[in-house]
Amino acid sequence: MTKPAEYYQRDREWHPPALARDYKTSVARSPSYALISLEQSASEITGPVFGHNDIDPGDNDLLTNYAQAGESPIGERIIVHGRVLDENARPVPNTLVEIWQANAGGRYRHKKDMYLAPIDPNFGGCGRTLSDENGYYFFRTVKPGAYPWRNWVNNWRPAHIHISVFGSSFSQRLITQMYFEGDPLIAKCPIVQTIPDPAAIDQLIAPLDLNATIPLDTIAYKFDIVLRGRRSTLFENRLEGN
Amino acid sequence: MPQKLDYLKETASQTAGPYVHIGLAPGAAGFDIYERELGWDIAGPNAGGERIRVEGVVIDGTGSPVKDVLLEAWQANAEGVYAHPEHPGEVEEGFRGWGRVITDFDTGEWGFDTVKPGPVMGRIGKMMAPHINLWIVARGVNVGLNTRVYFSDEAEANAADPVMGLIEWEVRRQTLVAQRAERDGKVVYRFDIRLQGEGETVFFDI
Repeated sequence: MTKPAEYYQRDREWHPPALARDYKTSVARSPSYALISLEQSASEITGPVFGHNDIDPGDNDLLTNYAQAGESPIGERIIVHGRVLDENARPVPNTLVEIWQANAGGRYRHKKDMYLAPIDPNFGGCGRTLSDENGYYFFRTVKPGAYPWRNWVNNWRPAHIHISVFGSSFSQRLITQMYFEGDPLIAKCPIVQTIPDPAAIDQLIAPLDLNATIPLDTIAYKFDIVLRGRRSTLFENRLEGN
Repeated sequence: MPQKLDYLKETASQTAGPYVHIGLAPGAAGFDIYERELGWDIAGPNAGGERIRVEGVVIDGTGSPVKDVLLEAWQANAEGVYAHPEHPGEVEEGFRGWGRVITDFDTGEWGFDTVKPGPVMGRIGKMMAPHINLWIVARGVNVGLNTRVYFSDEAEANAADPVMGLIEWEVRRQTLVAQRAERDGKVVYRFDIRLQGEGETVFFDI
């Protein structure tokens, strides 16, 4: 059993602030008071554990997980793959990664999405997988389309995939979005631009990974996900004892 | 130039957006895809302790209910043990201690059934009052919000709780206390979450 130890504090200047005026929905949904900083206890350094019984092997293949037999969704066939790491650059194994996205036309399979682009009968738009013992994960899907949204009158989301990751503790829980290299909408998106540091935005942009493509079949993008790192226990810490 | 530290930076958070249900609760988005959705059963059938329901609404700065929230709960069992390999002790077969719920699209109401957790040993040997950890994401929430649900029938333990004690303004501590009531013979705790404005819920940087 590993000796319990805290995770490094979250760099709140790297993450977007709660209130980002150009992303209008954040204005009434952002707390005004400062967060109360909490030294971690058992409640924060533990978190849910998932296993292969929780998911099915085909859940990471969005080309087939909703398609009718013998059919395929419309769109560019892509592989999204990478590693889940922590800030110490160590792999995070066996962690649940869940994704969701619009179809190639920019339409979500969601009862609240009224965009005029059509639903694709062969595309659900969600997938999930567990990272392997080296932190590696992969999905197969179609490249999502850009779509308009109400913020200013004329806002378009860059193509993106939503990603949810658990890590090993509740304090590592993270939801983010992955963007695609070369998309001119990234620089114009008020949601992307909630992030103050351009280097943090770059870290959300997946490069084309030609080496990982399947020739004549599927193109690939690489996306590493970094979760909070953990203190070493070389020296005394006061978390569990006196 | 000093040596360079070789830490990586944490991936920056982005909002879960309005369609979070597709990924994390596809049934609610309006379609069936997975054999098993995750997080609908926090305690399982074998967990000891008092069966309770926790429910509420999430309210924005205008006083309106927020109807596209996803909440995740993380809690210990009635003995104060988390279902995690690093936490000493055993939990009942089927007790996961984790769940996820969404708010109703029309009313904004959310709720989950579980068992009341026991007190959990905190830092430096200080016992924490029974609590459920919550993580809240939604459109317009740029980084998931962490808070804790404490219980109104644990006034003495709450008063001694080291995390409650960190909240300098005593009036704000009450925002973390769920109010106990009975309904149709069931124990229901009410826990409304105010994102902003009067009675703003305490959120933690954990």
